[in-house]
Amino acid sequence: MWYYAARRILMSIPIALGVSIICYALVLLAPGDPIQSLLPPDASPEDIVYLKKLYGFDKPIPIQYLLWLQRAVTGDLGISLQTNRPVVVEVFGALSNTFVISIGAVLLAFTLAFVLGTLAAYHLGKPTDRAVTTAAVVGVSIPNYWLGIVLVIIFAVKLGVLPATGMGSQGSAKFSIFEWEQLKYAILPMLTMALVPLGIIMRTTRSAVAEVLNNDFVQMLRAKGLGPFAILRHAVRNALPQVLTVMGLQLGYLVGGSILVETIFTWPGTGFLMSKAILTRDVPLLQGSILVLAMTFVTINLVVDLLQTAVDPRIKRV
Amino acid sequence: MTDVNAQLADFAGKEASPPVRGYWGSVANRLRYDYVTLFFLTVILLIVLISLFAPLLAPFDPTKSSMAYRMKPVGFRNFMLGTDELGRDMLSRLLWGGRTSLLMGLVPVVLATFIGGMLGVLAGFLGGWVNTAIMRTMDVFYAFPSVLLAVAISGTLGGGTKNGMVALTLVFIPSLCRVAESATTQVRGLDFVEAARASGASTLSIVQHHILGNVLGPVFIFASSLISVSILLGSGLSFLGLGVEPPTPDWGLMLSTLRSGIYVQPLVCALPGAAIFITSLSFNLVSDGLRQAMDVKA
Repeated sequence: MWYYAARRILMSIPIALGVSIICYALVLLAPGDPIQSLLPPDASPEDIVYLKKLYGFDKPIPIQYLLWLQRAVTGDLGISLQTNRPVVVEVFGALSNTFVISIGAVLLAFTLAFVLGTLAAYHLGKPTDRAVTTAAVVGVSIPNYWLGIVLVIIFAVKLGVLPATGMGSQGSAKFSIFEWEQLKYAILPMLTMALVPLGIIMRTTRSAVAEVLNNDFVQMLRAKGLGPFAILRHAVRNALPQVLTVMGLQLGYLVGGSILVETIFTWPGTGFLMSKAILTRDVPLLQGSILVLAMTFVTINLVVDLLQTAVDPRIKRV
Repeated sequence: MTDVNAQLADFAGKEASPPVRGYWGSVANRLRYDYVTLFFLTVILLIVLISLFAPLLAPFDPTKSSMAYRMKPVGFRNFMLGTDELGRDMLSRLLWGGRTSLLMGLVPVVLATFIGGMLGVLAGFLGGWVNTAIMRTMDVFYAFPSVLLAVAISGTLGGGTKNGMVALTLVFIPSLCRVAESATTQVRGLDFVEAARASGASTLSIVQHHILGNVLGPVFIFASSLISVSILLGSGLSFLGLGVEPPTPDWGLMLSTLRSGIYVQPLVCALPGAAIFITSLSFNLVSDGLRQAMDVKA
């Protein structure tokens, strides 16, 4: 177990390095010379050479990458062109807001999906199962940026019970999910985000529980005369680790892919930060957010993997 | 002995009486009774036809704006589905918008199937360091959530339909490569490949005749399930201003520009999203149906 954990952690280092290479390469892909944005249009050739030297652009690309990596590891991701604040401060300030709605969405999706998926597995092939399967397909097919707009139309425009966008007058500094005045701003983004994981966790739960119910020991439990609840308790316990893994991965996808939902609700998370950075062509900020989000995704995957090995003793890994 | 032979002949005759179907015959037969898949296949065909014949079907010019007729409701005069924030006819724009949305759904998947499939077969068939090099590179791309990777690539390349398609293609290559690689690795060690090599078949003809036939099925099914994802992601990019550029009608872009109108005409603003939803749902269900009919494990 410890050997596996150590190996798994070591294995994620080359992945993390690869991710950093891609993040660095993205800037090279960007159209235009990066030095151009720093210079006045009538700059002399000497000035250009001087600036290139100052920023290290005169060195070969691999060296430039290593210098950039060195700065990135020590927490220096550059300065945002728009706000003139360090990128690290901007990104980590937004990351907590993204986590608030992502964790909320995943927990919501898990609770609902686990119950419905188990029901579907117990009534395999019956109308309940068909309804749940249909709901799952709808969940993964619906564009969540559209669902967000529809929810705004229903709850903010027509009913007027929930705010349409933003995070409230308090802003993100004092945000607390335990106060309704602030929580109500997070409800629609959470609901919108929960839909895709809802569909996926429902499918996973259904197939995992159905697989367990197919085992001989379940037949035995039935023969012993146990009722449906007692049988399901056994099935759920066996299916839970697999479902929890999928839930963890979904959390990673939500945190990394929050840009669409956050743009609709102008929720001040990392996704919203990225879409601002794209609109203003703020390359350091864009690069920094991508790097932090990708690293977060890698870390979440790692933690989920380690937790699964710890929780489920049946998985023996060497 | 004659008794047994007679019995055998009798047995064979009885077995042969239902028509013998090949693989594709039985797939077609299974599809014939799968009404859900057939229904949504028809829906897809309709969407494709509508998009193809949009110039003939659209009652108005999709880019002609009119200040007088901004944000009109469904059924206003000649505008069957109302007008958008610049007074352009919604029905015409929805019909035309299907073109870009379908292209965004299909082109990246087709390109990624070719590139990813080829890389995967290469990695699986050659094994060794080629496999390690290709698959570890793919692992790095796997470390990005797909939305993030698509936004990252098209965000730095700048918007536009072409860049959006490049971004989506790059997003889909790793997963397709993985599917092709694992299918190829499974087949590579089987006896008939060994036999072909022993009888002197060249590497190319082994891949062509023995490997591809076994790899194409899973790859095709997986690719078909990506079309819906591609439509959602492609429209999502347009929604963020990274895909199709205005004034070209596109469902994702329309959804984004119409957001200013949700307080005025909520129903009209919800229409483009409904179009995306129906298209992606149809592709998803048809892909599921095909998987079942072709009996490919997910």
